[in-house]
Amino acid sequence: MIEFGFALKQTRQENMDKVSLDKYNRLLDLEPSFKRCFQCGNCSATCSARQFTDFSIRRVHTSFRRGEYDGLADELRKCMLCGKCTLVCPRGVNLRSLIISMRQILDEPEKTGRR
Amino acid sequence: MKKVAIIGAGPAGIEAASILARSGVEVTLFEKSETPLKNLQDKAFLFPNFQAAQEIIDDLSGKLLVDGITLVSGVEISELKWQGTEWKLTDSKAQTYVTDAVLIATGYQVFDAHRKEELGYGIYKGVITSLDMEQMIKHGKILNANGDEPKRVTFLQCVGSRDEKSGNHYCSKICCVTAVKQAIEVRKQLPKCEASVFYMDLRMWGQGFEEMYRTAQEKYGVSFVRGRISEAAGTFDGRVQLKSEDTLMGLPLKMTTDLLVLMVGMEASCGTKSLGKACDISGDYGFIRTVNPHLYDNETGKPGLFAAGTCKRPMSVSDSINDARSAALAIKDYLDTI
Ligand SMILES: Cc1cc2nc3c(=O)[nH]c(=O)nc-3n(C[C@H](O)[C@H](O)[C@H](O)COP(=O)(O)OP(=O)(O)OC[C@H]3O[C@@H](n4cnc5c(N)ncnc54)[C@H](O)[C@@H]3O)c2cc1C
Ligand code: SF4
Ligand code: SF4
Ligand code: SF4
Repeated sequence: MIEFGFALKQTRQENMDKVSLDKYNRLLDLEPSFKRCFQCGNCSATCSARQFTDFSIRRVHTSFRRGEYDGLADELRKCMLCGKCTLVCPRGVNLRSLIISMRQILDEPEKTGRR
Repeated sequence: MKKVAIIGAGPAGIEAASILARSGVEVTLFEKSETPLKNLQDKAFLFPNFQAAQEIIDDLSGKLLVDGITLVSGVEISELKWQGTEWKLTDSKAQTYVTDAVLIATGYQVFDAHRKEELGYGIYKGVITSLDMEQMIKHGKILNANGDEPKRVTFLQCVGSRDEKSGNHYCSKICCVTAVKQAIEVRKQLPKCEASVFYMDLRMWGQGFEEMYRTAQEKYGVSFVRGRISEAAGTFDGRVQLKSEDTLMGLPLKMTTDLLVLMVGMEASCGTKSLGKACDISGDYGFIRTVNPHLYDNETGKPGLFAAGTCKRPMSVSDSINDARSAALAIKDYLDTI
């Protein structure tokens, strides 16, 4: 007989009640032009690294915006800082500076003292 | 008899002229082109009801036959000066005219697509503008760079609008629905040709627009991709390869198309920019600034100087005509006070 049951799985829902936007807010202080992003994807469409890997700068900065920081530091290593994305952004977001700021924030030790 | 000069014989200028003339005002209507309604002559069918632009041209042209309107065409007004009680207009041939009030209806011009070099306009023959597409539709000759029937036509929204790089932060308002209109026309004329629209947001603000969008999906199978095309390049066989991100899938997208249609935005026309500057009523992006967008939207703050239509901001034909009617009323009120 087939057993039916429920597996307990980590939900893949964005929980907007639980996320912490501290890092995101710090990012906006460092790179205020990011406030203007309207998610068009022009940056990732033109991205040099995107042509060879599954790196998407739009997905990375959108995750950052949503407070989902897991894995982003590794992702950002794929960026070559060539600056093409900055050239094409219709909202004038300074992406290269944004990327450097994201790396900086993600590399900082947590405030609690844990690494 | 009181005299009014109207600068620009587009839909707005003509509508205001006919209303003012019928109410006993002596109107001189200046048009820099040889014929009025230049910006409608290059259109095929108009949203939202697919009415032939020619029908609107015929109707508006009929309104010019009213007694009391003198049409002066082939003449560009280059100077405009308040002289204490009246306005003095000077045309490009240095002839002058004096009137009690002036209506600026100098309209728009389209964004010059050459300015977005990465999109290849003027470099690859398969990259055209929405104005070129209007012409193709009008003449029933939608052709690719090789002169053949295209298999795929792709529209790109927001070219020269909502774009920091071109200096235009605003939305041009009419290009979303124009792309839907043109995509439907392509599918009507060439049922075997695919049509896709690349958009960032689809702004279907007017009556009947959203229904056009539904019809484009349901009846004409037009596909819509949320993403902005970042680059276009020519292929050896005269087609265009484009690069975008499909932002809903989160994936990069590559596509080859016969025609890439750039939906160019509306900018203030040269006449709008220069007259606005001369009279100190030039507002954002060179459009004419009015006193108050709610209450005094035809008044410029200068005595007897009014504005109507797309010289103020991007508008559709019907909105330009309605705006001209309200300007005519404001001008009548003003003439009664002098
Ligand atoms: C690709 C495209 C498709 C469109 N399709 C539609 C559609 O389907 N439906 C719709 O409702 N709208 C459409 N529009 C918008 C429509 O063209 C405008 O709403 C309309 O033309 C605006 O009328 P207007 O009188 O304000 O200005 P205009 O039509 O620009 O008229 C202004 C006139 O002033 C003249 N002028 C300028 N400067 C001077 C000067 N110094 N001296 C003398 N004369 C001068 C110009 O030559 C011009 O004839 C479309 C626009 C584009 C770009
Ligand atoms: S700077 Fe980085 S994210 Fe931007 S285009 Fe270059 S590789 Fe891509
Ligand atoms: S190109 Fe600019 S506006 Fe568009 S998604 Fe990237 S950062 Fe945001
Ligand atoms: S109407 Fe549509 S295509 Fe035109 S600028 Fe606005 S959003 Fe872009």
